[in-house]
Amino acid sequence: MSSLLELRGVSKTYSRGLINAQSNVALRDISLTLNEDEPTILTVAGESGSGKTTLAMLLLGFIPPTEGQIIYRGQDITKLRGADKLAYRREVQAVFQDPFAVFNPFYTVDHLLTVPIKRFKLAQTKAQARDKMDEALTAVGLRPEDVLGRFPHQLSGGQRQRINVARALLLKPRLLVADEPVSMVDASLRANILETLRNLQRDHGVSIIYITHDLTTAYHIAKSIIVLYRGGVMEAGNVDDVIKSPQHPYTRLLVDSIPWPNLDQRWGETKIIAREQGVGADGCPFQSRCPQAMARCSTRPPLFQIKPEQAAACYLHSENPEIASKRLTELLPV
Amino acid sequence: MTTTWSSQPVLRVQGLEVTYYTDLGRAKALDDVTFSLGAGEKMGMVGESGSGKSTLALAMMRMIKPPGRIEGGTVHIGDTELMGLTEEGMRKARLSKIAYIPQGAMNSLNPVTRIGAQLVDAVKSHVSGDSNSAIKDRCLAALRSVDLDERVFNLYAHELSGGMKQRVCIAIGILLQPQVIIADEPTSALDVVTQRQVMETIDRVKDEINAAVILIGHDMGLMAQFVDKVAVMYAGRLVEVATVRDMFTNPRHPYAQALIESLPNLDNKGVFQGIPGLAPSLLRLPSGCAFHPRCTHAQDICKQVRPEVNHISDGRLVTCHLFDKEAVHVQSA
Repeated sequence: MSSLLELRGVSKTYSRGLINAQSNVALRDISLTLNEDEPTILTVAGESGSGKTTLAMLLLGFIPPTEGQIIYRGQDITKLRGADKLAYRREVQAVFQDPFAVFNPFYTVDHLLTVPIKRFKLAQTKAQARDKMDEALTAVGLRPEDVLGRFPHQLSGGQRQRINVARALLLKPRLLVADEPVSMVDASLRANILETLRNLQRDHGVSIIYITHDLTTAYHIAKSIIVLYRGGVMEAGNVDDVIKSPQHPYTRLLVDSIPWPNLDQRWGETKIIAREQGVGADGCPFQSRCPQAMARCSTRPPLFQIKPEQAAACYLHSENPEIASKRLTELLPV
Repeated sequence: MTTTWSSQPVLRVQGLEVTYYTDLGRAKALDDVTFSLGAGEKMGMVGESGSGKSTLALAMMRMIKPPGRIEGGTVHIGDTELMGLTEEGMRKARLSKIAYIPQGAMNSLNPVTRIGAQLVDAVKSHVSGDSNSAIKDRCLAALRSVDLDERVFNLYAHELSGGMKQRVCIAIGILLQPQVIIADEPTSALDVVTQRQVMETIDRVKDEINAAVILIGHDMGLMAQFVDKVAVMYAGRLVEVATVRDMFTNPRHPYAQALIESLPNLDNKGVFQGIPGLAPSLLRLPSGCAFHPRCTHAQDICKQVRPEVNHISDGRLVTCHLFDKEAVHVQSA
């Protein structure tokens, strides 16, 4: 079993100011392994400011980690050069949140597809390039004759987002980092795009990291989930266990706030405690909002393993065995 | 039926029509939209993008810009008919009778003036003769009622989180205690916890001033949690209006049925059921019923004859030929 991408104790700190530098921990000590031969869909969930997008940027190599390493096929990604770097760029692809912002309005949508073909020399002839484009568009449920040659403003948001997925698919990636891919599209198209992503994983063996704040879609598409809060892992495990019986107070609040389209499943009555700015680095990051906060929460809780595939970083579960953050991957089914 | 249906409506929209005159032809964005809403009632307006939800909100505010034009219809708030007002009268009516919280409202706050100044501005342009301290008290009360600290009055927009900015916009909306509040996707950019907080805020201030609320959006989950009535729009028409319970347990219009069936829940994990086909272009609407190319119940009549609004039992409105026989004649509001 060879690992495709491995995060080893990765942290990211943003700092600002030269004198009296303030630093802001966006991501704290994440270890994660994605295996080459076991394509999976992993959800990373959390509210704004939880470090979700920082994680995506790190995985895509846009920013270097402050601590720890990101290993791609045995090599640190910050040290990749030449052909290795190109291979990494091809195998790790992204789909971003806003399908309206990624297109250049002066070009037809073909541009988005022909550039990677040229850049990565995927085709020798024009006919070959066209075949590749057709194939990728068909795989995401678009008719090539409907979209090729059109300008972005002539297409709907759902079509554009599927072209983005097609672009990623063209490169036959091993890993797709999808940062909120459906938050900007209609509910009826949401289903289509999620289905496209799931088929990618099932039929094309692509691993997907699905980054979202929407636990409803996470539940439907993913096998495993990591819940982040202020850069720390609050809860992780099998998506069924975590969403049907959340154990961390923060996950409970999240699950409680999902607007289920079901009249008999009302929003919970738990009072929402407003977020406070600038909680120190010590202790549980959720303690100021936690209804069950205790004195010992001022030291940072480790992950406690509650079930074989569920762990929560909360002292409420301290009767369970601790699990080192390095072994996070063991909790995540593929 | 419940008494809310029969109570004197505070908002009555009758036969509202909006057309956009584009280079490619005329697009009828609103076609004969009629509904009413009582004080304290919450109505959800759902539909795909391009179905006319936001156009409806803008038309009710008389904020349709060329090439769009309001072609007909009336909007009554209490005894005031908005379409007949002068421009100045309408400007006064906005915010004091009918408030609109637009999509992405939180990005509309001015980054270079303090929040307080923007609130004061809104009051001053509608009410004359109040002393400065009275206006300030009114603004502080509005901030308190959306659960914000009075300190926010002296802050700038960039010092607030997304949820706080959205609540500032709601505070502006309720400053003059309007009778109708239209919220266009007020939480679409917020995470679930903040979303719940914002919706609970809207609910509470609605009770305080007994306003009618129209919530525009496409998140049926949010509708189930929040509204009393749901109106489904398709290609500029209201295709079904029903209580939220009727809509979720027994939708009648085929499009509403497809919409309800496509909802995710805890029991149907991994089933992705979208609505097949694409929303029609308003420039080239299908003949007859606009939904017939995507409809599983389509008959010959649907391709030729445009369905009328059928009032069926329980005060529901369904615009579909399947219910032509069930229609009961009701004096429309």
